[in-house]
Amino acid sequence: MRNFLIVILFSLPFLVFSQRNIEGVILESNPGNKSLGLSGANVYWLNSQIGTISREDGSFVIPFKPEYDQLVISYVGFQSDTLAVTTPQKLRHWLKPSNALEEVVVQKKRDALQKSYFSPQNVVTINSAELLKAACCNLSESFETNPSIDVNFSDALTGTKQIQMLGLTSPYLLITQENIPMVRGASQVYGLSFTPGTWVESIQITKGAGSVVNGYESISGQINAELVKPLTDKRLFVNGYANMNGRLELNTHLNHAISDKWSTGLYLHGNYRNAKEDENRDGFLDAPLGNQINILNRWQYQNPEKGWVSFFNLRFLNDEKQAGETNFNPNTDKFTSNSWGSEIDTRRFDSSLKVGYVFPELPFQSVGIQSAYSLHMQDSYFGFNRYNIDHESSYTSLLFSSIIGDTRSKFKTGFSFAYDSYTEMVNTLDFSREDKSLGAFFEYSYDDLKKVSLTAGIRVDSHNNLGNFVTPRLHVRYLPWERGSIKGSIGRGRRAANIFAENQQMFGSAREIEILGQEGSVYGLDAEDAWNYGIGFLQGFTLFQRPGSFALDYYITDFRNQVVVDWENPQAILFYNLDGKSAARSLQLEVNHEVLKNVELRTAYKFYDVETDYVSGSLQKPLQAQHRFFANIGYVTKLKENGSQWRLDYTLHVLGKQRLPNTNSNPVAYQLGEYSPSYSLMNAQMTKVFSDSFEIYIGGENLTDYVQDRPVLGAEDPFGVNFDTTIIYGPTMGRMFYAGFRYKL
Amino acid sequence: MKIKNTILGFAFAALSMVAYGQEKNKKISFEVNGKCSMCKERIEEAALGVKGVKFASWDIPTHQLSLILNERKTNSMKVKTALVAVGHDTEELKATEVAYDGIHPCCKYREDNSDDGKHH
Repeated sequence: MRNFLIVILFSLPFLVFSQRNIEGVILESNPGNKSLGLSGANVYWLNSQIGTISREDGSFVIPFKPEYDQLVISYVGFQSDTLAVTTPQKLRHWLKPSNALEEVVVQKKRDALQKSYFSPQNVVTINSAELLKAACCNLSESFETNPSIDVNFSDALTGTKQIQMLGLTSPYLLITQENIPMVRGASQVYGLSFTPGTWVESIQITKGAGSVVNGYESISGQINAELVKPLTDKRLFVNGYANMNGRLELNTHLNHAISDKWSTGLYLHGNYRNAKEDENRDGFLDAPLGNQINILNRWQYQNPEKGWVSFFNLRFLNDEKQAGETNFNPNTDKFTSNSWGSEIDTRRFDSSLKVGYVFPELPFQSVGIQSAYSLHMQDSYFGFNRYNIDHESSYTSLLFSSIIGDTRSKFKTGFSFAYDSYTEMVNTLDFSREDKSLGAFFEYSYDDLKKVSLTAGIRVDSHNNLGNFVTPRLHVRYLPWERGSIKGSIGRGRRAANIFAENQQMFGSAREIEILGQEGSVYGLDAEDAWNYGIGFLQGFTLFQRPGSFALDYYITDFRNQVVVDWENPQAILFYNLDGKSAARSLQLEVNHEVLKNVELRTAYKFYDVETDYVSGSLQKPLQAQHRFFANIGYVTKLKENGSQWRLDYTLHVLGKQRLPNTNSNPVAYQLGEYSPSYSLMNAQMTKVFSDSFEIYIGGENLTDYVQDRPVLGAEDPFGVNFDTTIIYGPTMGRMFYAGFRYKL
Repeated sequence: MKIKNTILGFAFAALSMVAYGQEKNKKISFEVNGKCSMCKERIEEAALGVKGVKFASWDIPTHQLSLILNERKTNSMKVKTALVAVGHDTEELKATEVAYDGIHPCCKYREDNSDDGKHH
């Protein structure tokens, strides 16, 4: 009893002072995605004498004082990060090896604003609350507060948002989930909406040709989503969301530690939308009806003494969407001309296994294997058009990393094997095929610990449909002066265009589908082949004693071959191999600054010049704004002792005029002019945090209530020759408000 | 039987070579004087600059430099020589005044040899 009292007495001071400390863990960010604590990392308050060193497991405790607000975390061989920390809190911070590729990191799970401004690369470590800024709902919507990625509307029917980078749509991006290729093939269009937002722990965005380790498919960039981990996620997490348009969503995470080495997590997501809305009274639903059930079970094994780490995932998804005319009833109207409607039903099974081993005696040497299997089944129809695709995919890669001489020179090498089987029916035509590829890669990286670092990679692949080819990639960075960094990259990418899966919106139109290819191996077309070159400059500054950064980058994607998707004839959609030139040039200028205490402003201007030689001549890419402006203001109040806080966030997108596909051969009533008007979109969100365990949020999207005029061309006669739902340059849904809560334990 | 013994003999000989010979990945650590993260960078860079040193990590509070090195190519004295050349004292070797003067003013550990680990 006496002992018990003593324990209580001794823990009292901890309880009292625990709020005044910053506790955290410094982890090494690594491709194998292992949770490796970095011991001996320096953690100190900028311009102060207060600092500490992380312990063996990477954990640290540092006293918090209100007069300090910038916490520096540094470790040789890693990029130093400066976090704006204004409140006592718990931190989990990943330090990147300083020769990692250029990345924009969107980190979740930290409550602090975060910016790594004297990092040697064009790394903008956007604040931890980033993913919470767009409360809804899935991965495709996570990018709306981030200037590196553009979010576009893909068609007037499905409400799907498509993402773009460097002026190119998502098929040219390699999207991976924990470094396993994920949103590709049959899931290319809807795949991003299959990962619920709350499952995402962080997102790494790499502009330009990425690392050869993840394959040859990335052309304009790479997006990697890290999911929450059973070991580090909350024991219980519940998120409920409802919006004015009748969308309801529920997310539940349950995590359980079975032993000190094993932990498991069960993540459930459901969303449901059953409200028929037609604000513009064109007879068509402004957003589809739908429901999704998504279940993920993760297993994590971690044994730091022996150096083993492992993940095992199982996921099942069922997604149903109904779009088309408001009075369409699938039971009675399917494949009839009573009214026009569409249903898209997807079932998907995913599994993956990762095993990694770090040699305990040689901390710089590791070996890892990852393996994934997925089965994707989509049954859909659009009016009288039927489109069914089953995609079975398996992927395995083996990776060994070590050093040459010393830790300044590192390498990664390994091989990967991919198998994809497509059973694809377009109306009555069978386009089934099999893709098999085996590749080997080697990536060397050098860091002189001062000014220069480079990553040079090469891979050789043998593919049954794309042939044998070599993919070289090179990234270089140079630090000319303090807080300044210049970097350059060059690389090649290659892919087979899945023309139907990637352009499914065409089925929602009266357009004839014409494929003008014979010799090629995929749909009679040759594989796409492109080079990407880029340069960038980043400079950090301090203005009024608050940090800021300035970034400028310019990228060119030059297609040696492309599968051109030609919308220029309103009665048809044409697919053909590029004859001539096609290039996407993108310029981005970005200024970020903490303009007032706790007020972070992010602004960006982007210019795109995406020009392709079509059969009808050389034209800018349709439905893409050449000029874009972006601004985001985030305000966070000081965290109170009881954990309460307000967070406010406002985002503005200004889109310049967009070239519309040619509609001149239509009757006058169905002609659309040459350009869309320019417009702006505004979103805002407010979060009230009551305590560490409970918060509520409300927000609004499209606050200016801008809606595209005539999203459905020929709406009055959906079975007529001028019906077209594909010419979408703006939102089809007006102003929308939402509210939700998060509960954590 | 004789052959078996010979093989066994060779095997044992080979094993003892590994056990008593020069290791390719020898882990060693020793104390190096310094104060701050700037020292850490300088120390680790100097250590890695020695041919045969594969891994170097200097811990600020304990002042311990942990190394993984190839014993066939180098030894701790060679590393210590490189460290004193950039101005950092070790137990056996001390840096010359010239080398010590070359380091940044905030790294002057000889003037203020307080345990700065707490402050960094």
